[in-house]
Amino acid sequence: MTRHRDLHPLAWWLWAIGLATAASRTTNPLFLILIIAVAGYVVAARRPEQGWARGFRAYLILGLVVIGIRTVFHIIFGGGLGETVLFRLPELRLPDWAAGIRLGGAVSAEGLVSALYDGLRLATLLICVGAAVTLAEPRRLLRTLPGALYELGLVVVVAISLAPQLVESALRVRRARSLRGGSGTGLRAVASIGMPVLAMALDRAVALAAAMDARGYGRAGSVSAGARRLTAGLLLAGLLGLTLGAYGVLDASAQGGIGLTSLLIGVLASIAGLAVGSRRVLRSRYRTDRVDARSALVAASGVGAGICLVIVSRYDVATAYPSTYPLTAPQLALLPVLGLLLALAPAWIAPAPAGPAAAMPPTARSPGSPGSPGTRALAPGRADETAVSAAARS
Amino acid sequence: MIAFENVSIRYADATTDALTGVDLRVPDGELCLVVGRTGSGKSTLLGAASGHVPHFTGGRLSGRVLVGGRDTREHRPRELADVVGVVGQSPVDGFVTASVEDELAFTMESLGIDRPVMRRRVEETLDLLGLADVRHRPLAALSAGQQQRVAIGSALTAHPRVLVLDEPTSALDPGAAEDVLAALHRLVHDLGITVLLCEHRLERVVQYADSVISLGGPGQRPTYGVPGDVLGTADVAPPVVHLARLAGWTPLPVSVRGARRQAADLRSRLALCTAPSTHRAGGDIALRVSGLTVGYRGAPPVLNDLDLALAQGQVAALMGRNGAGKSTLLWSLQGALKPHRGSVRVGSDDPSAMPPADRRTRVALVPQNPTDLLYLDTVGAECRQGDKESRRPAGTTRTLLDRITPGVGDATDPRDLSEGQRLSLVLAIQLAARPVVLLLDEPTRGLDYLSKDRLGEAVAELARDGVAVLLATHDVEFVATVADRVLVLAGGEIIADGPTRDVVLSSPTYAPQVAKVLAPEPWLTVHDVAHALSVPA
Repeated sequence: MTRHRDLHPLAWWLWAIGLATAASRTTNPLFLILIIAVAGYVVAARRPEQGWARGFRAYLILGLVVIGIRTVFHIIFGGGLGETVLFRLPELRLPDWAAGIRLGGAVSAEGLVSALYDGLRLATLLICVGAAVTLAEPRRLLRTLPGALYELGLVVVVAISLAPQLVESALRVRRARSLRGGSGTGLRAVASIGMPVLAMALDRAVALAAAMDARGYGRAGSVSAGARRLTAGLLLAGLLGLTLGAYGVLDASAQGGIGLTSLLIGVLASIAGLAVGSRRVLRSRYRTDRVDARSALVAASGVGAGICLVIVSRYDVATAYPSTYPLTAPQLALLPVLGLLLALAPAWIAPAPAGPAAAMPPTARSPGSPGSPGTRALAPGRADETAVSAAARS
Repeated sequence: MIAFENVSIRYADATTDALTGVDLRVPDGELCLVVGRTGSGKSTLLGAASGHVPHFTGGRLSGRVLVGGRDTREHRPRELADVVGVVGQSPVDGFVTASVEDELAFTMESLGIDRPVMRRRVEETLDLLGLADVRHRPLAALSAGQQQRVAIGSALTAHPRVLVLDEPTSALDPGAAEDVLAALHRLVHDLGITVLLCEHRLERVVQYADSVISLGGPGQRPTYGVPGDVLGTADVAPPVVHLARLAGWTPLPVSVRGARRQAADLRSRLALCTAPSTHRAGGDIALRVSGLTVGYRGAPPVLNDLDLALAQGQVAALMGRNGAGKSTLLWSLQGALKPHRGSVRVGSDDPSAMPPADRRTRVALVPQNPTDLLYLDTVGAECRQGDKESRRPAGTTRTLLDRITPGVGDATDPRDLSEGQRLSLVLAIQLAARPVVLLLDEPTRGLDYLSKDRLGEAVAELARDGVAVLLATHDVEFVATVADRVLVLAGGEIIADGPTRDVVLSSPTYAPQVAKVLAPEPWLTVHDVAHALSVPA
């Protein structure tokens, strides 16, 4: 019996990557805050009622920490450029060999704002990742991994389940600390909570890995040494290509052509590596994750938002990167705002989360018709239209 | 089916063997129970049967372990997955997927079984373990008993010939434990699976066992045989065996049914004696709860308009199925959870309105997982920190600890302590603050009989000193020994409240073994029976 309640596990990740791309293409705080708001709203609307989904707040806090660190560093390590000096810190004279580094000195409004923008962008990227981890069931991702990536899959599953578990155990231990009269705040509390939480996380990670092993995860067929070396080589080349390519594509200042080429080479090498490597693993699927209309729409809405911001960053630089020398008020523009609102669509498109009381009868299935070729070959354009209309309805 | 050929195991850095000279064969289709005190090597023995030891834990294994004819030295656990199914102590830690069906299919996917076969086996397993109603639910939304059955089911779908279970019912209420054990019993009888099982609460499982392996401890060879023979001399035994030893019954019965058939004589002797009253005269009211309503956001209240009064020197047991709200009640009494409505008063103070440090001098709570409270690297440091937190003279905590469990070295890392020692340490830390009320959440989980006796003595002594004790537990035998009052929680309300004997004898689920054997005579513990027999009527 197949259910169509769940999205393809990759859909949320594509959506989040789209949003993250959008965030990487602008320093405009209005857009960045809009992205955070969109991600936050969708998480609030479609977050599953389960353990791993409770960690989103932690990502928000992490975001704030990142902004804080970025700003403090800017103030300490020289935020001098710009006319509007806000205040002066005592400046430390450094020897000549450290001529490029400044400690303290004047702090200007321009520099501070630019540091804040930068921090906010980084925080937004983090929050996008957080949204994906919160919305997509991390353990189901494992099943979409090709067999060749056994060890990697194991590491990923353990790592992904670790983060929310850390949050859960931190909350529990903090509550337990109050039993010994600790207030649960302050530096000493961090130490007293950190120790048991880390120990627990480690124990649980080992337990999970052992359980997966005991259940035959990654049983290997026989494979020759040559084939193993070929797999490793291809995968390494693929990874290298992917990394360089991703850098080239995401970094606006790099040459576009090189990025795309290496991305393509990386993808091809990876596919070849996976194909060779997967032959050594025998593995069957109980239920295949099919790409249905909803999944496609969710992914498309995020990717659409990313594309809008890429276009804006190319043709309307002043809006995407508001000037800080001199300081100007950041502007809004129609295209990017519409694009980002598009990414709100999953709050309605995606199936409602199954709560703890979800003894849902099978009749409550979504009316989608995933098998038919028409819906599967849905063009991005059409997907976007639907998404916009869904967003507009709100 | 499982053959241990002169197996000894020693972990790295250990000075003694964890297992010595295990040389035995568990034949096909047998349910074999592994018994022994904490630290006697039960988990090591189970781990060796699944290849977990030494592949995952490290250490040196001498001798040979054969499972279904395969040597565990040459086969890693994943290569044994089609022969051995493993169910760990905490099923949640071992779940790889998030829904019941996916979890059941996971092992089969790893083994590369065809989809139509997988479909059929999942359906069969859902029926076999009574999980059909919850098949689409997320695993996190299941009750503990259901989660345990899913864990067993996910090991079963691969059709292993051996099933290894490490304390499968330790976290379960008596009803859920019955369900899980009944399912196991069926597997052994219908499918002929060989089961290797360890469990501290022997009273729950021993009647299902065909054979018992008793581990004496480091350096001693285990004994293996039919339950009646082995348990007659083993250092751990369920109450029914202690009763049988006391009455001198032969052959030694291990089940309530077996004991009842030999107990007619004892029953008629005991009819002449009066069973001791479990009701102790309480002192002043230590804790008063009125109209307490507690809930979590967006859900119906967990506790609904609850009234309760606890007297000084009273030991009350809080029972009820998993998820009935026992922990929630304890945490609200402690003050960490703010009630929606109603009040909790210790004397005239409201714990939830006090700062944590002062709160402990009124109500102390030992949570379900006492390890959460420990964070320093030696027992000595924990004790000194405990003195400081409680603002007591140096050495207070240490003295308390020595009174509860003597012989815990100052330099030991708390993580290396046994469950019982760790619980004692946390108990000592909490008691150093001299609380008026002591709350214990599942204190007997993972404790062997000796540690449980020790805990029982500590609780009784506290009660004599006037501390009001409320303990949430599933352990009916422990309740029968220590509690003078039992509260049963269901649907957010207290549905039964009375002296232990009255509550416990009125329902078979909560009745201890001795009561079942001696019914209709109202006796609860072996200790009481022994006492009555030694005093001439």
